[in-house]
Amino acid sequence: MNPTWNAVSLGLQRGWTEFVQSVRSTQDQGFYLFTAALAVGYLFLRRDTEVEGTDLLLPSVALPSILGALIAFGVIIGPAYALAMEKEDGTLLRHKAVPHGLQGYFTGQLLFQSLSLLPQMVVILVPSFLLFDDLMAEPSGWLTVAWVIVLGLLATMPIGMVIGALVPSTQKVGTWGMLPVMVLAGISGIFYPVQQLWEWVQVIAQVFPMYWIALGMRSAFLPEEAAALEIGGSWRTAETVAVLGTWAVVGAVVTPMVLRRMARRQTGSQVEAARDASLQWVR
Amino acid sequence: MEAVVTVRDLRMRYGDNDVLTGVDFDIRRGEVVCLLGPNGAGKTTTIEILEGFRIRSAGDVSVMGQDPAHADDNWRAHTGVVLQSWRDHPRWTPRRLLTQLGGYFAPYSTPVRPRPHDIDLLLETVGLTELADRKIATLSGGQRRRLDVAVGIVGRPELLFLDEPTAGFDPQARRDFHGVVRSLADSEGTTILLTTHDLDEAEKLADRVLLLAAGRIVADDTVDGLARRLEGEAQVRWTAAGQRHVESVPDATRFVRALFDELGDAVEDLEVRRASLEDAYLALVQQHEAGHGEAAARLFAEVTG
Repeated sequence: MNPTWNAVSLGLQRGWTEFVQSVRSTQDQGFYLFTAALAVGYLFLRRDTEVEGTDLLLPSVALPSILGALIAFGVIIGPAYALAMEKEDGTLLRHKAVPHGLQGYFTGQLLFQSLSLLPQMVVILVPSFLLFDDLMAEPSGWLTVAWVIVLGLLATMPIGMVIGALVPSTQKVGTWGMLPVMVLAGISGIFYPVQQLWEWVQVIAQVFPMYWIALGMRSAFLPEEAAALEIGGSWRTAETVAVLGTWAVVGAVVTPMVLRRMARRQTGSQVEAARDASLQWVR
Repeated sequence: MEAVVTVRDLRMRYGDNDVLTGVDFDIRRGEVVCLLGPNGAGKTTTIEILEGFRIRSAGDVSVMGQDPAHADDNWRAHTGVVLQSWRDHPRWTPRRLLTQLGGYFAPYSTPVRPRPHDIDLLLETVGLTELADRKIATLSGGQRRRLDVAVGIVGRPELLFLDEPTAGFDPQARRDFHGVVRSLADSEGTTILLTTHDLDEAEKLADRVLLLAAGRIVADDTVDGLARRLEGEAQVRWTAAGQRHVESVPDATRFVRALFDELGDAVEDLEVRRASLEDAYLALVQQHEAGHGEAAARLFAEVTG
């Protein structure tokens, strides 16, 4: 039995177990329903708003954008919190103490975080398709949805893992993870066209993957004419693949190095210090 | 017997603070060794260096033939670490977690030492059979520590590390735990290194005690050996003619014989007390806590040396 493949297979089992446990947990169900209520609620309130320059209603345009933002958000914040927490509570240390354990642990994270997108998508898509019309222009759009999600995952999950590896404590994920991602969501053309912002802000937005995931999702859901609303009047599919692909490659190179460094520094004393710190909220 | 662990002139420095100032010891195959010392003496640092979790400042360390700082996964497969968890894997059950973590040892199974342990047997050994399918979040502190022990030994390690394993145990749990450790050593031949600040625990478990103070080993002996070395003046108390007497003497036997020769039946309530290992250890701990670690270590080394 090859120890590496054995570890990967245990990691996949681990990811699946974590996923099943998460779906069954009322805490996680609550989180999914809460985000779904916010997203669908927003679309419902603006269901009769027409999008300028088209004959489309707002839900048609906003739904793909919101899905794109949620993918980026979930896949960055999810692993960031998981890693920050699990290096404090000893989960990571347990895997460091068994042969090839870290390979298994990170395989599990990858699978679990990817699977977590499914319930997130379902709780938004199902009520949206029941409530609103004209959401998917062409059925072939689902194919685009699939590759945008996969590429988006590869582009953004490394960011979340690096944040989780580098933050000094779980409480700091808010400052170093949540805040920047919120700001990014604000400037990435999710709730209004990015062209309404200053040019330098548009440049920043287009450096990061979130804008491109949302653009890719719009290209999947909306009819060809809607591309007129985008920068350059096009879906810029090639550019989408290029930008997300670059992030994925950089992430694939950088993340293992950062994770190795984090794992090297894990000790029992560190876990104990985190426990003591958690008991001492006021410092 | 062959040495499983060899430590020579091990030093550790955090910033300007020297935690270990030259630690030397060996552990032979099959021994149960207790690293005893007051809190802050450097026990955890030492054991984390041997576990390969912490990089030393200087010195030579060999654990099962490898330098733990650069040890490979094969080495990992033959060592076990009992960690102090507090809230990891809350949604998992003991059975699921042990099956998952034990799985990593399967490629290292041999006919002589099948790996991992049978999970049901293991759960029984640590007394978690009834709780095997409950969420770990619902376990009490003591139950959680028993799970920690099970995770530490699931791969049937040849060498096991335990850092303050019974901290927070109630007396019953502590006794059960001592039973588990002894049976590991006796039936599996596992070499065990554990840290404790509790002399009583060291006495119950260890073949040999390494006393760590002020960053070095100040005594390395069996508990009995340590006690014998401490044999110094004894205190003799008795009552004669309604009067209570106390005398400190180097040879209690001779003194008492002389006492009876002189007073005969007039001697009542005779009591002979030897300065115990416990007294010596408590004095060491008190000195250490008062910030005189170095002086305390010297004193103890002199007394036992």
